[in-house]
Amino acid sequence: MNNSLIIGQYVPGTSIVHRLDPRTKITIIFFYVFIVFFANNLPSYGILILFALASTFISRVPIRFIMKGLTPVWFLIIFTFILHLFVTKEGTVIFDFWIFKFYSGGVIQGIAISIRFFLLILVTSLLTLTTTPIEITDAIEDMLRPLNKVKFPVHELALMMSISLRFIPTLMQETDKISRAQASRGVDFRTGPVKERIKAIVPLLVPLFVSAFKRAEELAMAMEARGYQGGHGRSKLRELKIEKIDILVYFVFLAVITVLLLTRTYG
Amino acid sequence: MSTNLIEFKDVSFRYGEDQPWVLKNVSFTIDEDEWVAIIGHNGSGKSTIAKLINGLLFPQEGEILIDGKKVTEDSIWDIRKDVGMVFQNPDNQFVGATVQDDVAFGMENRGISRETMVERIESTLNAVGMKDYLLTEPHRLSGGQKQRVAIASVLAISPKVLILDEATAMLDPNGRKEIMQTVSGLQDRQGLSLITITHDLQEVVQADRVLVMNGGQIWDEAEPRKIFAKKEELREIGLDVPFVAILADALLDAGITIAHEPLNHEELLEDLWTLHSKT
Repeated sequence: MNNSLIIGQYVPGTSIVHRLDPRTKITIIFFYVFIVFFANNLPSYGILILFALASTFISRVPIRFIMKGLTPVWFLIIFTFILHLFVTKEGTVIFDFWIFKFYSGGVIQGIAISIRFFLLILVTSLLTLTTTPIEITDAIEDMLRPLNKVKFPVHELALMMSISLRFIPTLMQETDKISRAQASRGVDFRTGPVKERIKAIVPLLVPLFVSAFKRAEELAMAMEARGYQGGHGRSKLRELKIEKIDILVYFVFLAVITVLLLTRTYG
Repeated sequence: MSTNLIEFKDVSFRYGEDQPWVLKNVSFTIDEDEWVAIIGHNGSGKSTIAKLINGLLFPQEGEILIDGKKVTEDSIWDIRKDVGMVFQNPDNQFVGATVQDDVAFGMENRGISRETMVERIESTLNAVGMKDYLLTEPHRLSGGQKQRVAIASVLAISPKVLILDEATAMLDPNGRKEIMQTVSGLQDRQGLSLITITHDLQEVVQADRVLVMNGGQIWDEAEPRKIFAKKEELREIGLDVPFVAILADALLDAGITIAHEPLNHEELLEDLWTLHSKT
């Protein structure tokens, strides 16, 4: 089994983006996703692109990791662009051949929508690239805390998330072990018609589920033996802290929003 | 107060009304700072004893006292502060995402302050020789390392008793050695009693006293050397006799008398090379 297995796509680093409080990152991305749809002219797009590219640059995450995150959505981006090319009938005709008749408006719209897509994917993957899953869990637990008032089990949810994350590699190693054991008994996972291959997964899933339940039971007992009694009265080792740098980043982001709102065209 | 840290009084236990008794009228005491090994083959009731001590199970008959407190539904959370347990499967007791999170888990449950946690994480990981792995994820650790982290997490809440319930059973020989070394290093700690539960006679040699379990009852209770001498009987109740003990027997048959029952290779060697000068 691959020992360098990384859950999610986190790339370790010490940049400002890495060190930001995960709550800061989540909040900013939330509002960024929102304001991307406000941009409607060159300067407003410019400021958004500048912000996204600058963050990417500061994070020092190698370009190939970012490109890997974008791979599944390239198709979507190109598809949206082409769709707009065909559908939008504004501006002057810039290309006319047989049934193809493209308008300048279509090209501009297509580019604009593709940029929006690109920016959304870029900033969200920047979050997962610079933040460990456990930090994201902590941030979510903290940000959902107000829901405790309506009896929503925030702590339990966060604990469930962190235990699931902790067991992903363990269960993957186990899957690998079982699939080898079954392959040595003649189960064929790789060839044959799709229907057969799906059937071959059954002898893989059954032992995996049985062992996962056994693990859960033992883990519950171990947690109880170590004094776990639910979220009440618990302290926390990992601590989220808003630093000066977080405040600074909030101000920068506010400036971005202001510039955007001032430069976009109204009416 | 008495020095009896753990006291079993006529304890009987079974999993259900129609089930056979797993433990039948078991009585024993364990003192402060004592290392007791409980040994027996599968189904002899040895692990049940561990679960009864920290209230994961309750006896149908008899009573259990930990440091003078009776184990009941109401007292288990206090008792679990005094009794730490390490289980068999290294993976299924690792709760945290990293080593430090796992050691912190038990302390977080007790609401211990962050500063104290950081201090104790360092000192306990130091004690088990894992201080270089603070931020390592569990899937990058070997079985023996995971068990050492589990020991550290239990020590972090400074219990009075540390129970190792077959903690070495799933490890390779190297892992076993790591754990046994770690454990014998802990024995010198003030105010910590040790209970090691095992089916391997090799692992009882360092204990102060051995409880041999068979069929839900205490079959024998003595210091390791005396237990080792009863080879035939041990074999009858399904325990493997260590190689040194068999060798000592064979030497005796061959007419070579050894001063006392050897516990390990070094002792036997010592006896053999000084044999001639003594006689």
